[in-house]
Amino acid sequence: MRTQRLEAGAEIDGFRLVERLGKGGMASVWRTEHPDHTLPLVLKIPLLDPGEDVSVIIGYETEEMVLKRLSGPHVPRFIASGDLARTPYIAMEFVAGESVADRLAGAPLQHDAVAAIAAGIARALVSIHRQKVAHLDLKPENVILNPRGTVLIDFGLARHAELPDLLTEDMNVIKGSPAYMAPEQVLGIRSDPASDIFALGSILYQLATGEEPFGRPTTTAGMRRRLYHAPPPPRSLNGNVPRWLQAVIVKCMEVDRGRRYADAAEVLFDLTHPDQVPVAAPAKPKGGWLDRLAGLFARPDDRALIGRSAASRGAFGPTIVLAAVDLATGAEPLAAAVLAETARLVSSRPDSRLACLSVLKGEALGLPEVADEAGRSLFVERLVTLKHWARPLDLPEERISFHVIEATDPADAILAFCEHNEVGHIVVGARGSSALRRHLGSVSAKVVAEAPCSVSVVRVKNAAADNAGADRAPR
Amino acid sequence: MLTAILTDIHANREAFDAVMKAVAASGAARIVLLGDLVGYGPDPGYIVERAAELAARGALMIRGNHDDAALTGPAGMSELARDAILWTSEQLAQDHRDFLRGLPLSAEDGALLFVHDSADQPGRWHYVHDVEAASRCLAASTARTVFCGHTHVPLIFYALRGNTPVRFAPLDGVAAPLPAARRHVVVVGSVGQPRDGNPAACFALFDDDAAEVTMVRVPYDVERTAARIEAAGLPPWLGMRLRIGR
Repeated sequence: MRTQRLEAGAEIDGFRLVERLGKGGMASVWRTEHPDHTLPLVLKIPLLDPGEDVSVIIGYETEEMVLKRLSGPHVPRFIASGDLARTPYIAMEFVAGESVADRLAGAPLQHDAVAAIAAGIARALVSIHRQKVAHLDLKPENVILNPRGTVLIDFGLARHAELPDLLTEDMNVIKGSPAYMAPEQVLGIRSDPASDIFALGSILYQLATGEEPFGRPTTTAGMRRRLYHAPPPPRSLNGNVPRWLQAVIVKCMEVDRGRRYADAAEVLFDLTHPDQVPVAAPAKPKGGWLDRLAGLFARPDDRALIGRSAASRGAFGPTIVLAAVDLATGAEPLAAAVLAETARLVSSRPDSRLACLSVLKGEALGLPEVADEAGRSLFVERLVTLKHWARPLDLPEERISFHVIEATDPADAILAFCEHNEVGHIVVGARGSSALRRHLGSVSAKVVAEAPCSVSVVRVKNAAADNAGADRAPR
Repeated sequence: MLTAILTDIHANREAFDAVMKAVAASGAARIVLLGDLVGYGPDPGYIVERAAELAARGALMIRGNHDDAALTGPAGMSELARDAILWTSEQLAQDHRDFLRGLPLSAEDGALLFVHDSADQPGRWHYVHDVEAASRCLAASTARTVFCGHTHVPLIFYALRGNTPVRFAPLDGVAAPLPAARRHVVVVGSVGQPRDGNPAACFALFDDDAAEVTMVRVPYDVERTAARIEAAGLPPWLGMRLRIGR
């Protein structure tokens, strides 16, 4: 195989090694230059020695297979890979920036700093999960804080939903980082993006408290502990952790995947709307000694503890639905029709959530000097109307949130909200055509044209006829 | 270069014609037929003639167990297959027989091996349907990638040195990688009698530059084939199973 020495100045397929950045157990990483590429590059060279651990090859081929198929700002760009028979390597973009591991030195961090880091990771997870990839080795060292956004690196344990899992043959060893790994990974399940959400929770826990939630167990039994024992609540270690942030961390780290966040977009949503996170009363420690004794004899099946995979629910509908409701003129048939369509969408998936959005047109607030007081009362009035509108849906508070936004262009406000919150489906009403609307352009048309996701446009069937003239409507 | 690999056509004219249309559209530069041109289906003569034309234009051909049985008799076959093969045998003209008789049981092409059943004793008609059979198949050959058919169920096995291979059911229309660190057995799905629950005809598109293989699915007029199976007096179950892909 390789005969060439790896040293500064050496050249592999046109890539010139500049400086060694690090050497793990699996690979050495070099800063690299190539005449065809202006992008700063690294070359990751697997350490293949005769008689070595096959996991080095498996990690290499897995990363090559997955990284090649990923794109976007949250992963290093794949450039090339080397011939395994000569010198295997993966050439990729060098991502500058601090890693979250660097930030851990200062943990516990302020809660807004924790939330900002977490939102960045959640956004990166949304991106890779959408590309059918679960990272499965999310840990502080693998998260880089780059000015363009949070970048995830090291896909050696990753899983692409449509490709073979080459790690399965090596499964007598548990694959992952013991400090952050999800309980289902401890049981050998390597197909669920929700495992990344658990690991995100573990990282948040550490950032917020300064403590690793599970320590660093080295035995299988030690790793399995997380199936049965939740770590102490973050607030018991750091009283400065707000209740809402604790609620987010705990929900990321649910053992039962049916209770965990179903989707990274939901985590992102809660992190960016703390006021909408329902804060449950802290759970009391379970019962008396009798209960605890009974617990010792109940030996639940491990597979039952981890619940069903969230991925299997994704096919049934979007995770976050946005209902954009025009309530400027109070209750009316169009608002009712939007409600009916919204009800159909959120019922398709019991773990979906609904964001109800109403836009206050900016100019409605009138003169600047009275805007504060009058604006506030308008805002509250609209919020009350919005909540009243959504009441028939009868959704529990953890599934619904309300947003009244002031904007001059409602379509822009709706589109911006979607983008920031990774909304999966928009429901918006369309009024019948009127001369004024044709002149100004309609909100729904603009939303349909520019939305990054699916849009349902709701129309009341006889609205056009009403506009054309009531005399033609049947009596 | 793209290679289209077709197997287990089983005298299904409608499926074969639909697949050949898709092959033409795919840009494949080479065609390989992995055997079982005949058996079960109502058009053995037509399929053998088309295959002979492809062979004359350079396509690689392999003989399958049904092709063999149409020549030598249905020893060791199930009752259904036997009924069909006896009927098939009556339909074939001498030049059809001569063509089938001339086909090899396997063919090597560089690092690739093409075989109908398994590299493990070709002509003994072993099925590659699990990791043990895939291990035996790879152990019997030095090829890096073995392409076979015979099971009518598309699968890919990935083997790293002495390890037990990884079994993977490739998704329809999604290119599956054939990583260089491994050896592979690619079991191609059937053109004329799919048995993986999807009644659409299947063929494989192998891209040697990208080291990827894709199972392509092609819907065809199953009802017409089923009707012609009945009209020919073949067992009606042979038409039924085409409708459900089992």
